[in-house]
Amino acid sequence: MQQSNGYVILFTAIMTVVIGGVLALASEGLKEAQIKSIELDTKSQILGAVMDLGDEDDVLAIYDKRINSLVVDHKGNPLKDEVAEKVNILKQYKKLKKAQKFEAVAAKKEKDNDAAGAKEMMKKAEELKSDVALPVFKFHQEGDADNIEAFIMPVYGAGLWDKIWGYVALDNKLQVIKGVAFDHKAETPGLGARISDKEIQNRYKSKEIYNDSGELISVTMVKGENNSGLTDHQVDGMSGATMTAKGVNEMLKTYLGCYQPYFKTLKTGGGVAEALY
Amino acid sequence: MSTETLDKPTEAVVAKKSEGLLSKRRKKFISDPLNDDNPITIQVLGICSALAVTVKMQPTLIMSIAVVFVIVFSNLIISLIRNLVPNRVRIIVQLGVVATLVTLVSEVLKAYSYDMYKVLGAFVGLIITNCIVMGRLEAFAMGNKPYDSILDGLGSGFGYAWIILAVAFFRELFGSGSVFDIPVFQMIGWENFPTNGLMVDSIGAFMVLGILIWVQRSKTGYVEH
Repeated sequence: MQQSNGYVILFTAIMTVVIGGVLALASEGLKEAQIKSIELDTKSQILGAVMDLGDEDDVLAIYDKRINSLVVDHKGNPLKDEVAEKVNILKQYKKLKKAQKFEAVAAKKEKDNDAAGAKEMMKKAEELKSDVALPVFKFHQEGDADNIEAFIMPVYGAGLWDKIWGYVALDNKLQVIKGVAFDHKAETPGLGARISDKEIQNRYKSKEIYNDSGELISVTMVKGENNSGLTDHQVDGMSGATMTAKGVNEMLKTYLGCYQPYFKTLKTGGGVAEALY
Repeated sequence: MSTETLDKPTEAVVAKKSEGLLSKRRKKFISDPLNDDNPITIQVLGICSALAVTVKMQPTLIMSIAVVFVIVFSNLIISLIRNLVPNRVRIIVQLGVVATLVTLVSEVLKAYSYDMYKVLGAFVGLIITNCIVMGRLEAFAMGNKPYDSILDGLGSGFGYAWIILAVAFFRELFGSGSVFDIPVFQMIGWENFPTNGLMVDSIGAFMVLGILIWVQRSKTGYVEH
């Protein structure tokens, strides 16, 4: 009887229901704690770009006290309906990547004297870009939301093996990097994975993203380690991880570029410390 | 079920002996996999995760706990329902039980130890395919009583755990100069301990594991036929 088809079907059916029930219960029961821990993780990453967090620090409380966030579009206009903490950065990154591809095709068509084709491609790229939501986290002094110390922006890109991401903090004049926090999915341990080490991230501190004439040139990690004579736009590299460094450079450049229109509105609109402008 | 009535006489025979909770026979369930029949070094199972998670001690410890939990409870559950499971679908049933337990572990990690979840995420999921777990279910739990199966699970689980912890100890010590993230070399005053990048790589795990197997086999005298 135990080997009959009927028994087998009945047994597997009951097993499926029991297992499914157990898993569904667990998933529902743990959902709240999971959402909380993901939120905590995101917020500690954001704050990690501007401060060293200890184990005892109450990240959520600090975040509430010191971060004001908003979302802007690629022209720098605020998007009122979006919540910065909820923006799916990977999704935005994919749109940006696609737009970049269209732009590349457009440039090629331009070269081949296909003005109409190039225009169409540019239009497509523009369409994609106008859909991109860019979160900004303003790190201000406790109790004084107008006294901004740093602007923190998410960055996302591709390393050697898989995705890399992080947050970049610029000072209140939007000139100098105040700190970065990088993380990665699968970079080589001991080589590219070092981008998540504080030691590497500290190398970005007080590097400048504009040249003297105000053009954005971002900050690049150079090849090899223990280089001498680094400029204000270069950081020392990680030996054996040139490809990861390339990914980081690309990521910084793309995202700092994306935020330029927003920075401009801040600079002209007086949102930045006046000392410089 | 029909087979249950068949089993009863043989079970009764065993019960008559009124075996101690940790009789010699049962002790062997635990002690054998720790050394003479170790799942990693002798049976060479579960190598994938032994390489992947042993860069540092802390994730390795969490992984060990997860594997011990999954082996013990899947052994127990399968042993409890062993007479109900139709022979033709037994592998699926075992897989279902293991996968459920693994998913539970991974969900709990995600909720209460998100940092560990980020490090171990994929590898916790891969416990499902860990040959040690399925191997014990098929070879032991399907034919033995629940209590014995728990002991067997504990034995195999700890046999796996102590090996990967040993591998992780040497990899973290030489690869990162620390143990459980405590910089031991700095504490004894050796500031610039030259860390070995090879140890952080999977190749380092192979080497440590190979040396462990060598040492162990030269002691036990085990030879492969």
